[in-house]
Amino acid sequence: MTAVIDTPVTTPPAVAGARRTVSRVPLGRLVGVELRKMFDTRAGFWLMASIGIANLLATASVIAFAPEKAQTYDSFAAAIGFPMAVILPMVAVLAVTGEFSQRTGLTTFTLVPHRGRVLVAKALASLTVAVVSMLLAFAVGALGNLVGTAISGAGTVWDISFLHAVYIVLGNVVGLTLGFTLGLVIRNSPGAIVGYFVISLVLPTVLSLLAGLQSWFKDLQPWVDLNYAQGALFNGTMTSTAWAHLAVTGLLWLVVPIVVGVRMVLRSEIK
Amino acid sequence: MIEVEDLTKSYGRVTAVDHVSFTAAPGRVTGFLGPNGAGKSTTMRMMVGLTRATSGTATVSGRRFADLPNPGREVGVLLDASAQHAGRTGREILTVAQRTMGLPAGHVDAMLARVGLTDDEAERRVRHYSLGMRQRLGIATALVGEPEVLVLDEPANGLDPAGIRWMRDLLRDYADQGGTVLLSSHLLHEIEVVADDLVVIGNGRIVAQGTKAELLSGVGTVVRSGQPAVLANALADAGASVTTGQNGALTTDADPERVGAIALSAGVALSELRAADGDGLEEMFLALTADSQREGAAA
Repeated sequence: MTAVIDTPVTTPPAVAGARRTVSRVPLGRLVGVELRKMFDTRAGFWLMASIGIANLLATASVIAFAPEKAQTYDSFAAAIGFPMAVILPMVAVLAVTGEFSQRTGLTTFTLVPHRGRVLVAKALASLTVAVVSMLLAFAVGALGNLVGTAISGAGTVWDISFLHAVYIVLGNVVGLTLGFTLGLVIRNSPGAIVGYFVISLVLPTVLSLLAGLQSWFKDLQPWVDLNYAQGALFNGTMTSTAWAHLAVTGLLWLVVPIVVGVRMVLRSEIK
Repeated sequence: MIEVEDLTKSYGRVTAVDHVSFTAAPGRVTGFLGPNGAGKSTTMRMMVGLTRATSGTATVSGRRFADLPNPGREVGVLLDASAQHAGRTGREILTVAQRTMGLPAGHVDAMLARVGLTDDEAERRVRHYSLGMRQRLGIATALVGEPEVLVLDEPANGLDPAGIRWMRDLLRDYADQGGTVLLSSHLLHEIEVVADDLVVIGNGRIVAQGTKAELLSGVGTVVRSGQPAVLANALADAGASVTTGQNGALTTDADPERVGAIALSAGVALSELRAADGDGLEEMFLALTADSQREGAAA
């Protein structure tokens, strides 16, 4: 068949108000806007800058203070990893809570009434920041490893496999997701940040103490302690049991609260 | 065109907005008038989807707000000028809106100029803005998508007299070019000078709506004479309501023609006879909303 069929001419909209065709706001544009909103305040800018600054400081201190034997890629990665694990969840927390604490949600959710799309855009923007800053961290760590061993004259040791690196990124994504979750559920910047530190710093200590004192809890802990499951990712010791721990604790601490939090954001009155 | 039908919002047993219906027509400024806490803001928030309606519908250009593909291009909304990120510059806030709507970057500068924010002011962070500057920035955000409909909640708050005049001219222009403007206020005078149509709300219910002329005409008559007591009796005998004012002035719900006839038959010479004007509308506003007004309970 060779006849060319013209595409039907769309009839002009019947509604008088629709004087031009307006297309739906694409998700990619929303992600771009959300990324911009992470950088465009002083607080946001310095939070982002602190990722790079922490990378450099951590690397420099390993070169300066770690004994020659310990100057391996793993040491650099561990030194950089700690500040990253603190900063990245804050990025996710503030991406969500800013709309409520600063009341910018009034504009944001009026320009995009489908709040779920805004949340997806925020999640993707946070994830982008996490992955990019982890790549930066690995690069700075590698550079530190080369420079450090060149200064000391010791052999350069590359003791992190590609798979382990992926696990570390995943471990940080878990922390970031916890931050995002708390942002959704608490919807207040200071509250969510405090909540994050209670869950990631205070709770693990309490749970370990409990496991040490009560034998019944010792077996249960890996199945309820997200931090424990996250630790296996950072250490690169992901057995099938460790994956199961991660899945169960992830369901408990991330999936269920996210479902609850998203419902709350979708239904709540934006004031 | 904005069409609100039977919009209702209940919080538990409290009904904040009670079966509100009205239309804001293109080419006209519709004033949404009511005392504080009457339900103006809740109604407006329901119109743009920030608050879920218990029942009823609101449509803009025939569609529900949530069904608009890019709402900022069709409805300019300013609900609270204080609800802006204190740490962002004015220009940045406008840029975020411009990017969300997918507009050319040039719109930002054009709009800053239109609302009278200088380059220097636009580079300042909003925490250093006066309320008047925030209102201007909020108006800029509402206008940047070149929408056909404007929904503004108390936009004149915090503006100085020159700013109020500017806002009035802007809204008048906007409606004269075919736009639909809905603006709320709790100040009668502010809305009286710019609105073509009025919707008066008190205690969550619409208590009066119509064109400004219609609402003004039913208000009554001011009459003055040397014998106010005699005239008052004559008016009362004729079944008209009478309120005694200062210097022998009476206000009555009878129209001027009837008042003249009553005075003639009572043999009272009048020194003044006129239709009650703006003051009358104010009294109507106070009377219509007296039940819901906080001050009403004490008065």
